[in-house]
Amino acid sequence: MITWRGFLNRFLSDPVAIGAGIVLLLLVLMAVFAPLLAPQNPYDLMQLDIMDSEMPPSWMPGGDDRFLLGTDAQGRGVLSTIMYGTGISLLIGIGAVVVQGILGVTLGLIAGYKGGWIDAFLMRLADIQMSLSTLMIAIIALALFQAAFDANVYADYAIIMLILIIGIAEWPKFARTVRSSVLGEKNKEYVDAARVIGLPARKVMWKHILPNTLTPVLVISTIQVAEAIMTEAALSFLGLGMPVDRPSLGSLIRSGFEFIFSGQYWITLYPALVLIALVLALNLLGDWLRDVLNPKLRRGDD
Amino acid sequence: MSDAIVETRGLEMRFALPTHFLSREKPVLHALSGVSIKIMPGETFCVVGESGCGKTTLGRAIMGLNTPSAGEVYFNGKRIDQMDEAERKPIRRDMQMVFQNPYASLNPRRNVFETLAEPIRHLMPEKTETEVRAQVEDVLAATGCDPSWQRRLPHEFSGGQRQRIAIARALVTNPAFIVADEPISALDVSIQAQILNLLTDLQAQRGLTYLFITHDLSVVKHFGTRVAVMYLGQVMELADAETIFEDPKHPYTQLLLDAIPKLEGGSFERPRQPGELPDPVNPPPGCPFAPRCSIAADRCRSERPKLRVIPGSTTQAACHFAE
Amino acid sequence: MAMLEIHDLRVAFPRGKKDEVEALRGIDLTLEKGERIGIVGESGAGKSMLAFAILNLIAEPGRVSQGTIKFHGENLLDMSERKIRTIRGNRISMIFQDPMVTLNPVLTIGTQMIETLKAHQRISTREAHQRCVDKLKLVAIPSAESRMDAYPHELSGGLRQRVVIAIALLTDPEIIIADEPTTALDVTIQAEIIALILKLCRDNDLALILITHDLGVVAEVTERLMIMYAGKCVETGRTRDIIAAPKHPYAAGLLKALPQNAQRGSKLYQIPGSMPPITALPSGCPYHPRCARADDGCRAAMPPLENGVACFHPLNENAEASI
Repeated sequence: MITWRGFLNRFLSDPVAIGAGIVLLLLVLMAVFAPLLAPQNPYDLMQLDIMDSEMPPSWMPGGDDRFLLGTDAQGRGVLSTIMYGTGISLLIGIGAVVVQGILGVTLGLIAGYKGGWIDAFLMRLADIQMSLSTLMIAIIALALFQAAFDANVYADYAIIMLILIIGIAEWPKFARTVRSSVLGEKNKEYVDAARVIGLPARKVMWKHILPNTLTPVLVISTIQVAEAIMTEAALSFLGLGMPVDRPSLGSLIRSGFEFIFSGQYWITLYPALVLIALVLALNLLGDWLRDVLNPKLRRGDD
Repeated sequence: MSDAIVETRGLEMRFALPTHFLSREKPVLHALSGVSIKIMPGETFCVVGESGCGKTTLGRAIMGLNTPSAGEVYFNGKRIDQMDEAERKPIRRDMQMVFQNPYASLNPRRNVFETLAEPIRHLMPEKTETEVRAQVEDVLAATGCDPSWQRRLPHEFSGGQRQRIAIARALVTNPAFIVADEPISALDVSIQAQILNLLTDLQAQRGLTYLFITHDLSVVKHFGTRVAVMYLGQVMELADAETIFEDPKHPYTQLLLDAIPKLEGGSFERPRQPGELPDPVNPPPGCPFAPRCSIAADRCRSERPKLRVIPGSTTQAACHFAE
Repeated sequence: MAMLEIHDLRVAFPRGKKDEVEALRGIDLTLEKGERIGIVGESGAGKSMLAFAILNLIAEPGRVSQGTIKFHGENLLDMSERKIRTIRGNRISMIFQDPMVTLNPVLTIGTQMIETLKAHQRISTREAHQRCVDKLKLVAIPSAESRMDAYPHELSGGLRQRVVIAIALLTDPEIIIADEPTTALDVTIQAEIIALILKLCRDNDLALILITHDLGVVAEVTERLMIMYAGKCVETGRTRDIIAAPKHPYAAGLLKALPQNAQRGSKLYQIPGSMPPITALPSGCPYHPRCARADDGCRAAMPPLENGVACFHPLNENAEASI
């Protein structure tokens, strides 16, 4: 097992981890404090002026000092929308992973511990789910949702819908990971020791086995956040995700895409760069975590 | 002799082996076939045998970790194998278990106090938190553990220290009966003696009854009161620990005794023929030891011998020809 | 000149960026043709490390930091990898605790044996096949011819270990290094394998380095004995002499702690504490914290190996006194 101190030492001795950590921290801080930091509130229609639309970044001819990275078609500052949009992307990413985690960990734990037909049933269900692409499920569900409700209702519930859909579509990854760890843990003698004192299965599962299966869950969580952000961006890019008035990074990229051939590349480029930085940082951290927490790859001092 | 603390009657344990769901064959592994033993209060009842003989399964069946396919398990005269959890709970205090591998038997994410407090909290809910603390400290002192260990995690301890903690956990509810499944075989030689002495001391202080599962006959000789030798899910010989070394009745027991390396040397001068455990999925119809036995006759291959008292001794053996 | 001469062998592992810890701290060992030597110690004493070092197989990041290993006068540590391959697995063979380390689960026994043989000798497949069958017969594997087509998982543990021994013998080596060859086996199977190894060594004038924690096995098989503690040799000499009258307090403690050496029912002698890890060795003699005879001299300096014992206060012949 790795101690916090060992963990920290590992982190501080790996430049890639430090880099990814700093990028992620900056992006998270930027998103959390967007209302304080952003020069403008892109959700506040009163602050928008159609006359400011499609301005290039401030260092280019025609740029305005108020809009460092230029503005989009509605006159919103690209920098401000990125700050707010990163928050929405992160919120959906983390929210979806929480849903995936709760569903996947619970079902994986039950499947692994109970075994027999429950296990067979849940794992076949997971197989079916995995054989349908997440994007496809999301497109169908969101298209139905958009058709069933009017645009205002959709706009209000888009975040929750995205979280639920991406969350539900990806639970098998957690379930399988947890199940395989449970299968390894449940035959260990400490589980027998807990059963000898007559602890009910529920307590054995949650209090004894679960804490010992969380390491891989932590690793895939990081990578799944990146994945969920990408899925959300793809959906938004297809027009099925966040509405234009509450844009995520994906919908920002989409909103600028129409103008890219008329030369206003900045509306798409800067959100895309932030999206890449965010996803890359998360994936690098996920890989690093996997290496650090894998006892087979670890050697020496801790 | 009905005052046994633990008794099994005709205990059978069969495990269905995993197969393809379309396959017609349903192979069944016979882990225990008709084991009847009586363990008397205060004694150290040893179960000896090689891997696959069912000794661990027997311990697990008595503790309720596996449900027997047939047969009965009694504790102080009460049948426990069919009790529901509510009925069984008060009995669990009195029966505890020490496992073989101290590296796997302690939850790696729980500190020593949490590990030791859990049985009390679950089985003795009437205890207050102060009483729980006191009880944990008492048992740590009794098993030679330092009180400062309580806030530390298992990975900070050596194998011997972990096994002390595991013994402390088994004792924390003040049980009368303990199943010890190979408690020293994962430990280094110099540590084995420490743990055996600890078990001896605890037995003297608390009047414990042990079911001691081991493959090591020299430990039995030192430590045991009575011993059951098991082979392929059956008891082959049941005897006093002292007599079995002087006068083994069953040919398998003799083979086991001959196999112990001696410090004097010289007992492996002649080559030995390879012998194997028969397939537990398709056990032979007669005596399971017949294929390896030097005195086996046709009767042994067709008729399974029953455990019987050998005339002129207290030993019971399952052999047609033992005398 | 002895066949194998090891002088002042040290193996070091990096700790942190600059520091190193030594797992073997100056081992001397000589082995004559046909001689059987036992290396005994608890886990972590460095006995397996010694075996790996002899074959120049120390895994990264460890390294042999000092010493020589001369095989027929040539230092194995100076040899090219190519040259050492003509010795390792050919003139010096190895048997591991787990047969599955040596055996490839997806190849038949025959394929593996023939490959091994052809890697070291120019020989036709037909001839190789015959040699393999002969070796399988030599290790008393029943129906050797048909076992050539078996996969490792089709054999029992005892037979697998016999196959491993047959593979080790294929190239008619001069030395066999056996690292805990019977630890994973049952008592009766262990007895078969010990008897087999003993017979093979005697019949073929094979030298044997037997690494084990079991003093009984060593007593049965070997002529000379080396007892290791924390990367050092603490006592060496004729096996019979050490077992009859150990001089080092650790050796004496180990022997006295065995249940077969104790009075039935009495408490076992126990060595207090446990062996320190190589990363946290005490000053002076590594055994002094556990030793009743230790004084300031032991705490200050490591006693040199003199007359086969590394101790400032060795036990003399008739001192049953305190260890």
